[in-house]
This record gives sequence, C-alpha cells and structure tokens, in this order.
Amino acid sequence: MSLWQKHAIFEKNSIILIIGVLIMISFGGLIEILPLFYLKSTIEKVDGVRPYTPLELAGRNIYLREGCYNCHSQMIRSLRDEVERYGHYSLAAESMYDHPFQWGSKRNGPDLARVGNKYSDEWQRQHLNDPRSLVPGSIMPGYPWLAKTELDTNHLDQHMSVLALEGVPYSADMISKAAIDAKAQASDEDPGELTKRYPKAVARNFGGRPGVVTEADALIAYLQMLGTQVDFKIYDDKANLR
Amino acid sequence: MSSTNPNVKMVDSHTGTATTGHEWDGIQELNTPLPRWWLIILWASVIWSFGYVVVYPAIPLVSSFTTGMFGWSSRGDVAAELNSLKALRGPMVNALNGATLADIEKDPKLLTFARAQGKAAFGDNCAPCHGAGGGGSKGFANLNDDDWLWGGKLEDIQATISFGVRSGHGKARDGSMPAFGRDGILKTAEMSQVADYVLSLSGLPTDKGFDKAAGAKIFEENCAACHGPEGKGDMALGSPNLTDKIWLFGGDKASITEGLTNGRGNVMPAWVDRLDDTTIKALTVYVHTLGGGK
Amino acid sequence: MAQTGNIPAKGGSGAPGGSGKSITAGELGLGLVAVLLAFFSIFVASKAYTPEYAFHAYVFAAASIAAVFAIANRYMNRAAEPAPQFIDGKPNYNYGPVKFTTLISLFWGVAGFLVGLIIALELAFPALNFDLPWISFGRLRPLHTSAVIFAFGGNVLLATSFYVVQRTCRTRLAGDLAPWFVVLGYNLFILIAGTGYLLGISQGKEYAEPEWYADLWLTVVWVVYLLVFLATIWKREEPHIYVANWFYIAFIVTIAVLHLVNNTTVPVSIFSSKSYIVWSGVQDAMVQWWYGHNAVGFFLTAGFLAIMYYFVPKRAERPVYSYRLSIIHFWALIFMYIWAGPHHLHYTALPDWAQTLGMVFSIMLWMPSWGGMINGLMTLSGAWDKLRTDPVLRMLVVSVAFYGMSTFEGPLMSIKVVNSLSHYTDWTIGHVHSGALGWVGFVSFGAIYCLVPWLWNVKLYSLKLVNWHFWVSTIGIVVYITSMWVAGILQGLMWRAYTALGFLEYSFIETVEAMHPFYIIRAIGGGLFLVGTLIMVWNIYKTLASPEPAESPLGSPALVPAE
Ligand code: HEC
Ligand code: HEC
Ligand code: HEC
Ligand code: HEM
Ligand code: HEM
Ligand SMILES: [Ca+2]
Ligand SMILES: [Ca+2]
Ligand SMILES: [Cu+2]
Repeated sequence: MSLWQKHAIFEKNSIILIIGVLIMISFGGLIEILPLFYLKSTIEKVDGVRPYTPLELAGRNIYLREGCYNCHSQMIRSLRDEVERYGHYSLAAESMYDHPFQWGSKRNGPDLARVGNKYSDEWQRQHLNDPRSLVPGSIMPGYPWLAKTELDTNHLDQHMSVLALEGVPYSADMISKAAIDAKAQASDEDPGELTKRYPKAVARNFGGRPGVVTEADALIAYLQMLGTQVDFKIYDDKANLR
Repeated sequence: MSSTNPNVKMVDSHTGTATTGHEWDGIQELNTPLPRWWLIILWASVIWSFGYVVVYPAIPLVSSFTTGMFGWSSRGDVAAELNSLKALRGPMVNALNGATLADIEKDPKLLTFARAQGKAAFGDNCAPCHGAGGGGSKGFANLNDDDWLWGGKLEDIQATISFGVRSGHGKARDGSMPAFGRDGILKTAEMSQVADYVLSLSGLPTDKGFDKAAGAKIFEENCAACHGPEGKGDMALGSPNLTDKIWLFGGDKASITEGLTNGRGNVMPAWVDRLDDTTIKALTVYVHTLGGGK
Repeated sequence: MAQTGNIPAKGGSGAPGGSGKSITAGELGLGLVAVLLAFFSIFVASKAYTPEYAFHAYVFAAASIAAVFAIANRYMNRAAEPAPQFIDGKPNYNYGPVKFTTLISLFWGVAGFLVGLIIALELAFPALNFDLPWISFGRLRPLHTSAVIFAFGGNVLLATSFYVVQRTCRTRLAGDLAPWFVVLGYNLFILIAGTGYLLGISQGKEYAEPEWYADLWLTVVWVVYLLVFLATIWKREEPHIYVANWFYIAFIVTIAVLHLVNNTTVPVSIFSSKSYIVWSGVQDAMVQWWYGHNAVGFFLTAGFLAIMYYFVPKRAERPVYSYRLSIIHFWALIFMYIWAGPHHLHYTALPDWAQTLGMVFSIMLWMPSWGGMINGLMTLSGAWDKLRTDPVLRMLVVSVAFYGMSTFEGPLMSIKVVNSLSHYTDWTIGHVHSGALGWVGFVSFGAIYCLVPWLWNVKLYSLKLVNWHFWVSTIGIVVYITSMWVAGILQGLMWRAYTALGFLEYSFIETVEAMHPFYIIRAIGGGLFLVGTLIMVWNIYKTLASPEPAESPLGSPALVPAE
C-alpha cells in the first residue's frame, strides 16, 4: 500500500503532475526525432536532387490547396509489389526540399512519386479537366478551373526567400528571378537561364493555353518532374541500406 | 467532506473491496489490485519488445544506430524479394530475352508468358491512355484495329513503345502537322474547303455546294506531302490515312477544322528509361496480338 | 457519504455592496485587445495578397468588434459584484460556457458527419464533386476530419472538462471572462479553419491543415484554456485531483506541445495566408506522425478517457473499478503513446530503426490502453442490470467496448507485416472509424445525454429516443467498419496479388473499381450514424424547448463503512 500512497504527490500538486507528464512525453519524441537531424545515414547520398523551380513550387502549392494528398501518396514503400508497380522505392533524399513532405497516408488513387514523364502534358490536362473521359472507372474529381485560372506569380520570390531561410539552397539570383523563371518555364520559347539555375528543368507550355500561364501549367510542371531527379541507373542501393 | 477523511475507509458492499477513501462529486474509487492477466500480458509485451529491439535495427546512437543481430533492413529485404521473383520467372525471362519477337509469337509457351507480362505492364502504364482493352479514345490511338499510324509490324511497335511519339526522346518518332489556321497559312474559307474535301475522301457527307476542285487543289498544295496525293497517309511520318473512316481525332468537320487550325501532334511517352527491355518486348507482343497485328 | 451541508459559506454570498459598478481589469484589457485586433485585421485585409485571406482578416475583425460589444453589453447587465463563489455553502458552478459548448458540439457534430457522408458518396459517385472547387473531395475531406475531431470532439472536451473540473474540485470555474474567451475563441478558430479548407487554404499536413494565423490564434486560446483549467484546480476544495483531471491535464499540455512543434511555420508575409513549415522531408514526416499519432493518443484518447472516468461511474452510480489501475495505465499510456508515431511510416523512407521503435511501443501500448477499458467496463460490476433500462449508460459502455476493440486493432496494424497490407488502404479507414464513431462518438453522446439534464436541471425528453439513437447508430457503425475492413483487406490483397507466372495480377484502376460496392455500403452505414445523431438533436431540442423539471437527484452509491 505504501508505494501506492506515494502517488499522492501527483494528486495533490498540479504542477508536479504537469512536470511528470512533460517528462514522460519527452523521451519518445526526442529519441525518435532528434537523431534524424544528425545521423548521416538518414538522407541518402545521391546526385541530382535540386530545389523546385518557381513554377513547380507554385504547382506544388496548388497540389496542397486542392488536397491531392488526401488521395495520392508520394512514397513508394520498399515492398516488392510497389517497386514493380511504381518503380524504385522512394528515397528520403528525394523529398529533402519538401516543406511540407507529401508522402500521404491513403491511396484512393495511385502513388504519384514517379509520375513525372509517365504521361504527356495533353493527357495530364485532359485528365485534370475530366478524369473519366480518359479513365472511365476513375473516382478522381475533375479540376476544370485550373486551366481557366491564371497563375499568380506575384509573390513567388517571397515564398522562395522563406524557403531559403529554412535551408533550401535558393540563391539571391534565383529568388530575384522567380517570376521571370516561372513564366519562362511555362512557354515553348527559349527559357533563357532557367536551366542554368535549375539543372535539367524542362520548359514547355505544360498547360497548353498559348500566351497565358495558368494554374494547370504550374501543377502539370510539378507532376511532370516528380521522381525524375535521381538516376537509378547509377544510384548505389547497397550503400544506402538503413 | 467526511468521506475525504483517509481514516474513514469504506468497503464496497457489492464487491467487498475497500475504497481509497476519497470522493469527488459522489464518485469513489475501489482499491482493486491490478488484474493479474493484465500485468502478465503487459510484461510479456515488454519482454517481447526488448527481444525485438535486440534482433532488429532499433536504437539511435551518436553517429550510428544498433543494426540488430542479423543486419536486417527493409531495403535489403525487398532486394531479396525482387531477386526471388526473378528466380521464379527466371527461365522464361531468359528464353524471352533470347528469342526474336517473331519467334516468341510462334512458341505458344513463350507467347502466353509474354502476353501475361505484357498485360500486367499494360494495365498500369498504357491503359490510362489507350484504354483498358487498348481501344483508345480521341487523340489516343486505338491499338486493336488493324490501322496503324506508325506501322503495325512487331519492330515498328517495339520502336514506338521504346522511344515514343514526339516524346522528346532522341530516337522518338517525330514530325507533326502544322497549325494552318493559327500560323496563317490557310484562310478560314480555305480550311473549310479542304476539310470538306477530306470528308469527301471517305465518302462522308459534306457541306452543300462545297467546291471540290478548290479543296483538292488546297490539299495537293498543303497536305499531300504528308498524307500522300490520295490521302492514304504515310507511316514514316505518322500521318494518318484520311480515306479509311478510322479517325484518331474524330471524323466530323469541327474536329478536322480544329486540327487544321491548331495543328496535330499528340505525344506518346518513351518507355525505355522506365521499363526494362524484357517488359517492352512483352508489351510489343501483347499489343501486336491485341487484334490488329500486321 | 451524505454531502454535509455545514461548510462555511465562502466569498461573496452576502456583502451588500453599496459601491457602484466598476469595470474589471479583464474587461478593460480584453476590450482593448479586441479593439486593436479589429484595427489590425482591417489593415491586413486591405493589403492581403488574396481575397480568401482578406476574407479571413475580416472575419477576425468582425469577431473582435463583436467581442467589444459583447464585453460592453455584459458590463451593462451584470451585477456590481463579481459572481459569488458559493451560494448557501454550495459552489456556484459556472455553467454558461459548458452549456454553450455542449450545444455547439451538436451543431458541429451534425455538420461534420454530414460532410463525412458527402465525401463517402463522392468516393462512390464521383460526379457528386460537380467540378466545383469548394466541394471537391480533396478540400472536403480535411473539413470532415477537422469538423469531427476538432469542432465536435473539441467542443465536447471543452464542455466536459469545464464541467468535470468544477464538480470534482467542488469549486467555481476560475476566471470571469477567460472561460468565455476560451470557448468562443476556440470556435472562432474552427470557423477560420473550416472556411479556409473550402477556400483552398491548407498547410497540407493531415490533421494540422490550418494555416499559420489560425495556428497562432489557437495557441493563444489554448494557453488560456490551460490556465483556466489549472487555476480551477488550484482553488479546489478537494485534497486530491481526480483521475479524470489527470487525463484532461495530460491532454491539454501534450496537445499544446504537439501543436507548437508540428506547426513551426514561417509565413510568406503577414499579408499572405501561406506559410512554410521549417521541417522538411523525412524529418517533417516523423514530426507529422509524432503529432498525428498523438493527436489520436491525447485528443481522441486521453481527453475522452477523462470523460469516461467521470461519466461512467456517475451514471452507473458505482465506484471506479481500480485506483491502482488508473495510476499505472495513466503513466504507461502517456509514456508509450509518444513513441508509436512511426507505425504510420512503415516501409517508407523513414530509417528502419525508427520504424522498429514505433512498432514495439505500439504493441506495448496495448495493455495500457486496455487498462482504461477495464476500468471503464468493470466500474459496472454491480450495475450491469442498468444496461437494460438505461440506454445512456449502454451508449457509454459500448463506447468503452469499441475503445477496447480499436486499441487491439491498432497494435495489430502496427506490426510491420500487417501494416504492409493495411497501410494506404480502407482498412485504416475502418480502424479510424471504429475508434471515431464507436469510441469518440458514443462516449460523447453518452456525456451529452447526461450533461443536458444536469446543466439545465430538466428531465430528458425521451429515453426511448435514446434507445433508437443507440440502435440506429450502432448498426451504422457496424455496417461502416465491416465494409471498410473487407474493402481494405481486399484492396491490400489485390495490390500485391501475383499471377501464377509471377506478374502483378491487377492494375490499380481495377482495385479502384472493386471498392465501389463497399463505398456504397459505407455511405449507408455513415448515413445511419447521422440519422441516429439527428434523433439525438431532436431529443435534446425537445428537452430544452419544453422542459420538464428534473426528478430527484441521483442517489448515492451503495457503500458501508469498513469495520
Ligand atoms: C477522390 C480521390 C482523388 C483526388 C482528390 C485526386 N485524385 Fe488523382 N487519381 C485518383 C484515382 C482513383 C486515380 C486513378 C484513375 C485515374 O487515372 O483517373 C487518379 C490518378 C491520378 C493520376 C495518374 C496517376 C497514374 O500513375 O496513373 C495523376 C497524375 C493524378 N491523379 C493527379 C491528381 C492531382 C494533381 C490531384 C489534385 C489536384 C488529384 N489527382 C486528386 C483519385 C483522386
Ligand atoms: C500519355 C499517353 C500514352 C501512354 C501512357 C501510352 N501511349 Fe501509346 N500512344 C499515345 C498516343 C497519343 C499515340 C498516338 C501517337 C500519334 O498520334 O501518332 C500512341 C501510339 C501508340 C502506338 C502506335 C499506334 C499506331 O497506330 O502506330 C503503340 C503501339 C502504343 N502507343 C503502345 C503503347 C504502349 C504499349 C504503352 C504502354 C507502355 C503506351 N502506348 C502508353 C499515348 C500514350
Ligand atoms: C508535316 C506533315 C503534315 C501536313 C503537311 C499535314 N498533315 Fe495532317 N496530319 C499529320 C500528322 C503527323 C497527323 C497525326 C497527328 C497525330 O497523330 O497526333 C495528321 C493528322 C491529320 C488529321 C486527323 C486524322 C484523324 O485520324 O483524326 C487530319 C484530318 C489531317 N491531318 C488533315 C490534313 C490536311 C487537310 C492537311 C493539309 C491542309 C494536312 N493534314 C497537312 C501530318 C501532316
Ligand atoms: C456520418 C459519419 C461519418 C462518415 C460517413 C465518415 C466518412 C468518412 C470518409 C468517407 C472518409 C475518407 C476516407 C478515405 O479517404 O478513403 C473519412 C475519413 C476520416 N474520418 Fe470520417 N466519417 C464519419 C464520422 C467520423 C467521425 C465521428 C470521426 C471522428 C470523431 C471521423 C474521423 C475521420 C478521420 C480521422 C478520417 C481520416 C482517416 C485517415 O486519414 O486515415 N469520421 N470519414
Ligand atoms: C493502442 C492504440 C492504437 C494503436 C497502436 C493504433 C495504431 C494505428 C495504426 C498502426 C494505424 C495505421 C497507420 C497507417 O498504416 O497509416 C492507425 C491509424 C489511425 N488510427 Fe489508430 N491506433 C490506436 C488507437 C486508435 C484510436 C483509439 C483511435 C481513434 C479514436 C485511432 C485513430 C486512428 C486514426 C485517425 C488513424 C489514421 C491516421 C491517418 O493515416 O490519417 N487509433 N492507428
Ligand atoms: Ca490519413
Ligand atoms: Ca497548421
Ligand atoms: Cu497512430
């Protein structure tokens, strides 16, 4: 009985109770989260992962806004069937510039981690506009407003400054050219210095409408780059088991 | 208030268990000991967990983590799983790799195997464009009729799948139809005439009083280079046959005029970098045997 | 046991104050803050980057102005003296904020379940998205989760915690305006969050979708909530803090910690609704599911266990089964829950070592969870017969059973091999809703059925309707969760099915098509659950609209002094 009576200290003293709670809940969080920041093995050593271009970033924000993550994962698990269906399992390195991450938790639709270059822009446009016109059994909503809405490129530089502050390697040059780069990437014309700033970035008229940069341009630019940055022909699987 | 006096211990008449002597808003607590079975399972789960932590990677350290007794990792595991799959398919895959496309179709066992593999890959990669049965839709080629844009022989199909059409890949099938309207090559009236002419090539109804001779002239000057003098198309350029009543984009005047205005040139992605050679081979055979193989 | 009435009356029962009314520091301070916030909001609205954000700024402005008027109005109408702490020796409980949150939780409940039904139907019949941005699935789904968890669940937690802490401390709720600030401020947060989703304002983190300004506002509200709760405990008339209050404290404190860490964002500008979380990639994933899992553990579990610990013994009129079990399962539960987050990230790019920890702690969590279930269920020993006659008690007890079921299923799903099948599928949805509908839903309904008569001192309009509610909703839950189990397991098996030749058997779209019948069945189940809730709303409406005075207060538990 005596041991049980010791508990009275928590029952008589709310501050001690709170301190007890705080101590109990700190172990798990600290031990699971902190090492992810300092253990070198957490993020694989790979080449080719670059930050999003301004247009892709804008597209990603539309992805968040429309809540695509409620249906689509972007995380191919290290399981046989997933690797066969979707491609190489996802690496931590592939989302290291993702604020926030978009791995998802439910697959009402297929995984999108490697959907980049899988379909044509035309397909993506038509699919976003009316998914069932292409895939009769689809349960995905249509997003016809994206192609109709002009993209707001006004404050992209501020967005990128914030991300730079948080550790994404955006240079001052990239930030100041944000709006220019966004427009350049969304057209079939020569994109200028875009690929100097963002290696292997692809510029095209993703959204299909001539002369205007729409939200569809941005979202499709984002979708078309997903999973295309790491070259798995040269990636060393065995060096990154963990 | 009286009940909060620790000296006045109460016993619950139903269970015979003592209370703790406290009361809150009429609620009391029994001082029942911890259920035995509950404690046993709790400790069992703790002991099991310790064991699991020793066997598997678990504890983060200063510059590494405990890797467990057998060096297990989920990434190592999936590599092994994929290898065992290879072993399961192994002999057949090797046979498939060794055989030419034509041989595969002649060997019923190989053919069944290739078609099975092709079907699996088709569902997740091709069906979104070409439809579940390969029937296609507006702008996306029908793969089970025997009308081919780029050729229906095995080698043609393999090349189309590998490098795509206007995909941006270096070896892609390329060349597209100009935007006669948008680029001001033809006037609206001329486009209307040539569109009617195209309709007439396959005997479809045209606008009343359309000037066939004028249409033919425009066709000869602008279109024949690609679609051929008789409009029979050219597989080297991917320009469709316009006389066979099979349409990629639709056989009504509005669709044709739309194409004339903005040009045509749909994209099929290249698959060499996404699918392995065996899979592409299997897909080729699968598509070829869908119905319209040449 | 008999409540002795001879406690000396404390505080302001008498003191016929002659002095005139004077404004309190609280009224003045809060009023001034509201005025400033109104001006600031209008300024922000005028420069907002997007109309959606401007709208939210105006909502804040309107709320601030309303607050100024409300404070002024209250000042005009209130007595000169502050509300007495005791009347005739009995605590003068503050029920206003409790009544408000009880009723508004009904409103949010109906809204949240209705949106749940709509998204269930959208998955079965995608044409119901109508190509409209505001009601498309991706925007409505977070509306559903937030409406049921934070709006419905949150208000139930506010209502019960403010009720329970007063009753079990035998003292009036601390603060004068503060409790009202908490309940109204919290509902303003809900309004901002909910309308934000419809307009496309989302942080893109599950269960933490509200953007930075809503988060900031919630932080302020939550700190005041903690202070009101604690200050009430500090002036308690009972020597010991009741177990329900341990759970409430763990809930409030831990949710604060989780909220702050998972919403550490930097806004693009004060004129923009958009912000970027400082964490990224794999670390963000870990932080998110440390948050997400413990939102389950501390919001949907600890908070609602507190409800159980008050309402079950109270309604059953039996002592809590085991004080010792309370202690052990309380500490074990909060210690182990925190570790379990990585079970949401099995086989992902999260390193294996973290996955292992998530798995073993989830399994060790099984018994601490069942400790709560045992304490709830066994409290009925000696009163089981009441289940036949009292549908409210039956609801409470069935909720505890569902709690036991989902906390068995959870550890099972945490095992890596099981999770490799269940993850990303509707099995998770089945698990969620056995916890959400069965446990959170039913324990809340039970508490509301108790609270309304107690708060308004009236008799519940109809126990028969409670019985109907119970059965309609129970059938709804069973239909919902069984259909999702079958759907989820089928989905998982189809995804990994291989043909005899060693190739994937089904394309993804075939697995989508296979879900169709189950989505229809699920919608029927959800519909029944909603119908049950509407029966409750009618019952409560009749109870309050045509009140009948309550019968004699609850009898005392059967206890005899020990020798
Ligand atoms: C209600 C669920 C749902 C929502 C919300 C949703 N999708 Fe989908 N998505 C699906 C389904 C189901 C499929 C598979 C059938 C199909 O291709 O339409 C799919 C397929 C896709 C594909 C093709 C993937 C592939 O590999 O075949 C892309 C790309 C896509 N969605 C993008 C998006 C984007 C971008 C959004 C948000 C703007 C979105 N989806 C919102 C359900 C959804
Ligand atoms: C993004 C959509 C898309 C996807 C995915 C796609 N295709 Fe195609 N495919 C097309 C289009 C568009 C054409 C017609 C090109 C043209 O207009 O010339 C085509 C043409 C073809 C042709 C040539 C038809 C002919 O008449 O010559 C074959 C063969 C083919 N596809 C096979 C496949 C296979 C096999 C796959 C999967 C590995 C696949 N396609 C995936 C869009 C797609
Ligand atoms: C530079 C080559 C080229 C020229 C010149 C050209 N076409 Fe085409 N045309 C094509 C190609 C290639 C396609 C198929 C595009 C595709 O598959 O996406 C096509 C498609 C079409 C189609 C659609 C067929 C269908 O099945 O839906 C019509 C109709 C057509 N052309 C008519 C014309 C007419 C009329 C002219 C002249 C005014 C013309 N084309 C000039 C290359 C050409
Ligand atoms: C009428 C009753 C309800 C219906 C019809 C319903 C329906 C749904 C649907 C259709 C989804 C989306 C599933 C998917 O994406 O596949 C969902 C998700 C969810 N619902 Fe409900 N729901 C109801 C009640 C509740 C209640 C009462 C709660 C909580 C208290 C709740 C909590 C959740 C949560 C947390 C999710 C997200 C699950 C996840 O992401 O894994 N729901 N609900
Ligand atoms: C011992 C207790 C529990 C454990 C160990 C547990 C474990 C799990 C696991 C393994 C998942 C699936 C993760 C995934 O594959 O994505 C999950 C999901 C979930 N559980 Fe539980 N669970 C427990 C209790 C509960 C209770 C009581 C509730 C609700 C009231 C609940 C609500 C949820 C929700 C909302 C999700 C969905 C999260 C998401 O993906 O969005 N869980 N839980
Ligand atoms: Ca989820
Ligand atoms: Ca947030
Ligand atoms: Cu969890």
